[in-house]
Amino acid sequence: MSEFSVLIGGQAGYGIDKAGVVLARLFGRLGYRVYIYRDYPSLIRGGHTFSIIRASKVRINAHRNNVDFLLALNQDTVDLHKNKLNKNGVVIFDSAAVKTDGLGLPIGGIVKEEGAAEITRNTCLLGAFAKAAGIGWAALEQVLRQNMPKELEINLKVARRGFEAAAEKKKIEKFDQPPLPILTGNEALSLGLIAAGLQAYVAYPMTPASTILHFMAEQAEEFSLKVLQPESEIGVMLTALGFSYAGTKAAVGTSGGGFCLMTEGVSFAGMAELPIVIIVGQRTGPSTGLPTYTGQTELHFVLNAGQGEFTRFIVAPGDPEEAYYWGAVALNLAWQFQIPAFILTDKTMAEGGFNFDLSSIKVVKEAALPKRAFPGDKEVVVKINSYEHDAKGLTTEDAANTKQMAEKRLLKGKQLAQELEKYETVKIYGDAKAATAILCWGSNKGVCVEAAQKLGLKVIQPLVLSPFPVKQFESAVKDVKKLICVENNATGQLAKLLKLNGFSVDEMALKYDGRPFDLDELEGELKKWI
Amino acid sequence: MDIETHARNDWCPGCGNFAILNAVKAVLAELQGEGASLDDVVLVGGIGQHAKMLDYINVNSFYSLHGRPLPPAEGIKLANPKTKVIVFSGDGDAYGEGIEHLIFAAKRNIDITLIVHDNRVYALTTGQVTPTSPQGFKSRSIPSGNLERPINPLELILAAGATHIARGYSANLPLLKRQIKEAILHKGFSLIDVLQVCVTFNNLYDYYSKHVYELKDHDPADREAALKKMREWDYNTEAPIALGTFYKASWPTFDELFLKGKGEKDEPRSAGIKELLKNYI
Repeated sequence: MSEFSVLIGGQAGYGIDKAGVVLARLFGRLGYRVYIYRDYPSLIRGGHTFSIIRASKVRINAHRNNVDFLLALNQDTVDLHKNKLNKNGVVIFDSAAVKTDGLGLPIGGIVKEEGAAEITRNTCLLGAFAKAAGIGWAALEQVLRQNMPKELEINLKVARRGFEAAAEKKKIEKFDQPPLPILTGNEALSLGLIAAGLQAYVAYPMTPASTILHFMAEQAEEFSLKVLQPESEIGVMLTALGFSYAGTKAAVGTSGGGFCLMTEGVSFAGMAELPIVIIVGQRTGPSTGLPTYTGQTELHFVLNAGQGEFTRFIVAPGDPEEAYYWGAVALNLAWQFQIPAFILTDKTMAEGGFNFDLSSIKVVKEAALPKRAFPGDKEVVVKINSYEHDAKGLTTEDAANTKQMAEKRLLKGKQLAQELEKYETVKIYGDAKAATAILCWGSNKGVCVEAAQKLGLKVIQPLVLSPFPVKQFESAVKDVKKLICVENNATGQLAKLLKLNGFSVDEMALKYDGRPFDLDELEGELKKWI
Repeated sequence: MDIETHARNDWCPGCGNFAILNAVKAVLAELQGEGASLDDVVLVGGIGQHAKMLDYINVNSFYSLHGRPLPPAEGIKLANPKTKVIVFSGDGDAYGEGIEHLIFAAKRNIDITLIVHDNRVYALTTGQVTPTSPQGFKSRSIPSGNLERPINPLELILAAGATHIARGYSANLPLLKRQIKEAILHKGFSLIDVLQVCVTFNNLYDYYSKHVYELKDHDPADREAALKKMREWDYNTEAPIALGTFYKASWPTFDELFLKGKGEKDEPRSAGIKELLKNYI
C-alpha cells in the first residue's frame, strides 16, 4: 500500500488527538508524507471525536473519507464511520467496549491488568494497530519514547501488550525518504511571524485561533515574546495598538466573533497608521455557530471591517509553508506601510496536521522600515490620534487637511499593490494549459490541487485578497474557458470579490456544513461540470 | 521643549478641565525639574472633553477611542517599562464604555496613573446621564430624571484591586497638583476621581463647595477605614464629600512580574526555529 488512511475515534478525553499525532509521526518515520484531519465537538468530555490520518508516498494536504483502518475505542466510532471503511478495510477495537467484526482485543482488560490509567487504552490500541499493519515493534517504541513524556514505561507496557495480542492483517510498505515535521497551520504561521521579528502576541481564547496563543506562550521564553491575554478582544486589539505605537511588533489572533469586537480597533489602526497583524481563523457561523468546525465566511467581513476608508492587506495562505512565508511577509508589510495586515485562515488550516518543509520556503528578511519615532526617543514628541489629525498628530477638522489625509491613507493601497507585484500573489497548479480551472482560496488549496492533478485541470489560487492582484489574476485566467469556484461557504465570497474586480466564475462548488471537502467528494462535484 | 501646542483651546470658559490641565502641566514641569525626562512621559486619553488634554500638552500622546484609553496604556507600559503612562478618562469613558478595562487594569495593578474627569454628565455629546449621575438627574437622554443609582467608583476600584485611590476637586488646584504628583510617583495602578465641574451641563460648583472637606487623620493603609470613608458619600445623597487619598498599598505590579527575565536573545531566531522543528518529527 503506497497510500492509506486511518481513522481513530472515541470520546473527547480518550486521548484520540494524541494517538493521531503519534500515528502520523510513525508513518513519517516509515517514509510517508501525512495529513491529519481533526474532527471534535465543542466540549471537554464525552461526545464523539476522531482523527483521520492519511499517509501517502507523495506530499498531500487533504484527507479522504475512505479509510483502510478503523481504530475504535467506543461503539460510536464503529457506528458512525463503518461506512467509510474501504473493501478489505480492517476494524481494530476494544472488545470490552465495542461490538463489531474485525480485530477485537480486550483493551480495557489489558489496561486494568497492568494497573494503567484508563486513558492508556489509546496506546494499547496503537500497539495492536502496529502489529495489524505489519509495523515492527521497534518503530512504534521509538515514536512512543519521543511522544510520551509522561508515564512512558506504563504506556510502553500496554502498547506492547496490544502489539502481542494482535495479528498482522495488512502490510504497510516502507519508503526511503526522511520524515518531515508535522505542524498545524497555526504553528507554522506562528513560526513565520516569529521568524520575521514578532515581539508581542495578544489574544483572547477563541477556537480555532487559541492554539496560536498556546504556542506563542510556550515559545515566549525561547524567542523573547511578550504574550498577553487581556480581558476581551476589544482589550486585545487596543493593547496591541499600544505595543505598536511604542515600537513593539505585535500580532493578535481570533475568530469571527472575537473579530467583531476588534473592528473599532481596526479602523483606529487605519486612521492612526499603526502597523498591526490580525489573524482571523474562520469557523462555521453565523454567531457562535459550530465552534470547532470550518468555514470561509469571513472574507467580506474582513475586507470591509471598520468604519471609514483606509488601506488593508489581506492574505489567505493555503498550506503551512504559505502560512509561514506570508505570516512573515504580512508582518513586514504592516510595518513597511503602517497598516493593518490580515491573515485569513480557517479551522481546516489552523488545526489540521500538515507536513512542513522549511527548506522549501524563501527566506523573508525583516523589511527596512520608514523613518518613525517612538515614545521614549530623545527630543521628539510622538502623537497618535483616532481623530483626523495634522502632521503633528493634533486634532483638526480642517477641510483641506481631511482631504489630504484621506488621500494619504488610500495612496498606501496603490503603493502596496505595486510592492506586491514583486510577489507571487496568484498561484497556479495542475495542468497550466487546461481550459477548465478550479478557483480556490485558503485551505481548499490542498484538496483542489490533488483533485486537479487527477482530473487534468488547472488550479488558480489568489493568495492576496486585498489589494486584489488584478494583473496577476488576469494573466492566470487568460486562456481559461471554464472557471469553477470552490469555497466553504454558501454564497461564493471569492466569486463575489472577483465580480467587484471585473471577473466572473462559471460554476460554484460550495460546501457549508462545517466540514472541509474530502478528495473523493470534491472530485465527484467537479465531474458534474467536466 | 515648549509644553504648549499650537492647538486652540475650546473648552467652555469656567470648565473644570482647565484646573486638571494646569495641574498636570505644573506637575510635569516639576518632575522635569527634579530630573525626569518628559521624553519618557506618555499621555493617553479616551474620547470626551477630557481627552482634549492631549492636544494641549506637547508630550507623547495616544488619543484612543471612547472607553479605550487603558488597554493601549497597558500595551505602552509593557512595550517600554521606562515610560510614565498617565491616562485621562471621563466618567462615561472609564466607568461606562470602558469599565471592563478599568477593573482589569486595577486587578493587574499595572503601573499607570488614571485621572478621571468625573463631571457626571456626557458633555461632548451635549448632556446625557453617565454612570455617576445621581438618581433623578434630568438630562437630554432621560428628561424625566435618571432612574438608576450612580456607581461609587472609589468603592468599585478598591474591590478591583487598585493600590492608590484618591478623590480630587477641580476647584482645589493645590490639592490636585499634590495628588497628581503622588499618583504618578506611586508604583502600581493609581486612580484619581476628580470632581470636575461641567459649567454648561451639570454645574455643581456650589453643591461641591458646600460639602467638600480634606481628609485628615486618615490612614490610607487601613483598608477598612478607606472603605468607610469611600462610603460616606455615595455620589447620590447629600453627605460630606471627602477629598484626598483614601487608600494606598504596595503590591507587586503586573509590568514588573510580566517583564521579569524578559530580554532579547543574541542567537538568531532562524536557528531556534530549526532546532524547535526537530521536536515535530
